[in-house]
Amino acid sequence: MLQQSTAKTNGIQRPKRLPTPTRRISKQWVPWIFMAPALILFSLYVLYPIADSFMLSFYSWDGLGDKTWIGFDNYIQLFDSESFWTALKNNILWMILFMLAPPIGLAIALFLNQDVAGIRLVKALFFFPFVISQVVIGLVFSWFYDPNLGLLNTILDVFGFQTIALLSSEEYVTYGIIVAGLWPQIAYCMILYLTGLNSLSPDQIEAARLDRAKGLKMLRYIILPQLSPATFIAVVVTVIGALRSFDLVATMTAGGPWGSSTVLAYMMYEESIFNYRMGYGAAVAVVLFLIMAVYIAYFLVNMLRSER
Amino acid sequence: MYPTPIKHASPLTNILYRISLPITILLWLMPLAAVMMTSIRSIQDINQGNYWGWPTSFNFIENYNMVFQSTEMGQYLLNSMIITLPAVLGAVALSTLAGFALAKYKFKANIWMLAIFIGGNFVPFQILMIPVRDLTISLGLYDTHMGLIMFHVAFQTGFCTLFMRNFIVGLPNELLESARVDGVSEFKIFWYIVLPLVRPALAALSVLIFTFIWNDYFWALVLVQSDTVRPVTAGLSSLQGQWLASWNLISAGAVVAALPPVALFFAMQRHFIAGLTLGATKG
Repeated sequence: MLQQSTAKTNGIQRPKRLPTPTRRISKQWVPWIFMAPALILFSLYVLYPIADSFMLSFYSWDGLGDKTWIGFDNYIQLFDSESFWTALKNNILWMILFMLAPPIGLAIALFLNQDVAGIRLVKALFFFPFVISQVVIGLVFSWFYDPNLGLLNTILDVFGFQTIALLSSEEYVTYGIIVAGLWPQIAYCMILYLTGLNSLSPDQIEAARLDRAKGLKMLRYIILPQLSPATFIAVVVTVIGALRSFDLVATMTAGGPWGSSTVLAYMMYEESIFNYRMGYGAAVAVVLFLIMAVYIAYFLVNMLRSER
Repeated sequence: MYPTPIKHASPLTNILYRISLPITILLWLMPLAAVMMTSIRSIQDINQGNYWGWPTSFNFIENYNMVFQSTEMGQYLLNSMIITLPAVLGAVALSTLAGFALAKYKFKANIWMLAIFIGGNFVPFQILMIPVRDLTISLGLYDTHMGLIMFHVAFQTGFCTLFMRNFIVGLPNELLESARVDGVSEFKIFWYIVLPLVRPALAALSVLIFTFIWNDYFWALVLVQSDTVRPVTAGLSSLQGQWLASWNLISAGAVVAALPPVALFFAMQRHFIAGLTLGATKG
């Protein structure tokens, strides 16, 4: 195919032109022509909406009628509202507990990084939860936590503990949802570490073994430094995953009981779609975006540095 | 290799390790196994509270038949297909073009364009929600398959462009240069040289974003409201509301909804994992 096409273009015998200024300019545009479709669509659906949401957060709007400029009123209301602080507190809880995913993922990866019969299938089965929709995971765990019939209470009962209605307890509900969210997140971190373990330098490990480095010391001083790219990605995707949590909250509790398990992402959805407070919802989204922007910026700076 | 290969350990350790593998798998997938067990139980079992014992009868065919006949599950599955396949195709096509531009042309804004695509990929959906919903309504695409397809193509383009760019950067420059010396046009270079070489990456990327788009729930809630368009994720959660006590049917529905991405994952496992880590570790 390649040869054919070159032959064809050669056969036409284009007159060899000198590079004129017009031609050089048009060459500058080549990458932009390749990028144009992606860039146009991305600007329309991602870049412009971010700016638009910022604008919208200064208006009062029910989604249909006229927008009224109200300055920072949405934000003032937001910082006065109890449910905002509940949501923010829950988001922070998500972030803290989600940080368990990288170390647990690493532990499982270390456990599975062996060459025995059937290990590929075992790895695939461990990774399994990441492939399933969060709606299904929410359903699976609602079932698991069910106060009358769920497996959790069946187990608690067998061992003689007090049973618990986890998803209707204001105190524990968020922990219950976070555990459900950790399940696929651990699987994700595990696969990142498994790939990292595959690309370790054997020389360094051998050298360390000759120096009689063993067990945890070996892990701490030889292995972990080499795994740092995997750790970096695992931490970033985990933080972003924690801040993005929406599907599980929506399917397992819809923010309940009495708003105690809501997170910023769900609060935003609820205020805009159910309460028709678009401007207020946009303000919640802006706060969430600004928190996330810190991590996005951190990721970008790191990445761009390694590109240069 | 780290940890030390278990082959060098004592036979006892070896046996214990091999026994521990299926046990940990069983514990790890227990919530899922419970749902699969429930999906083949009879309603009598459910009503009598026989959730964890041996099923009195295996209603595999009855339950799954019921899911397809008395609900819109079949339609939801079809909708998910109608939405996911073109969206994967579109996102992969656009991002291969853009990835090529970012990988093989030097221009001032290059690194910034890359940053924008990556950054956009990480933003919370909620900051896009109201404007995207308005845009979709004003384009006349609200509550249509096309509305969801357009959004998914646009959004996934961010991640996909990073992915394709990282792959294309590794292709040898000499190949492109010698074609240029021969006077081959830039578009033909893309079509006849670059495209055949990126085929493995296209497969990996397609498998990966198929599951991303298939599993989307948020946009299915925001951009769609009728059963004729609703994909399987949103469909499943609406069924959950209708069938409060019929856990066996809800479970069967959940298994059905999860099946396509799971099947794809097991069929193309190597591509999937390569995709996940190429997008991530090169970053």
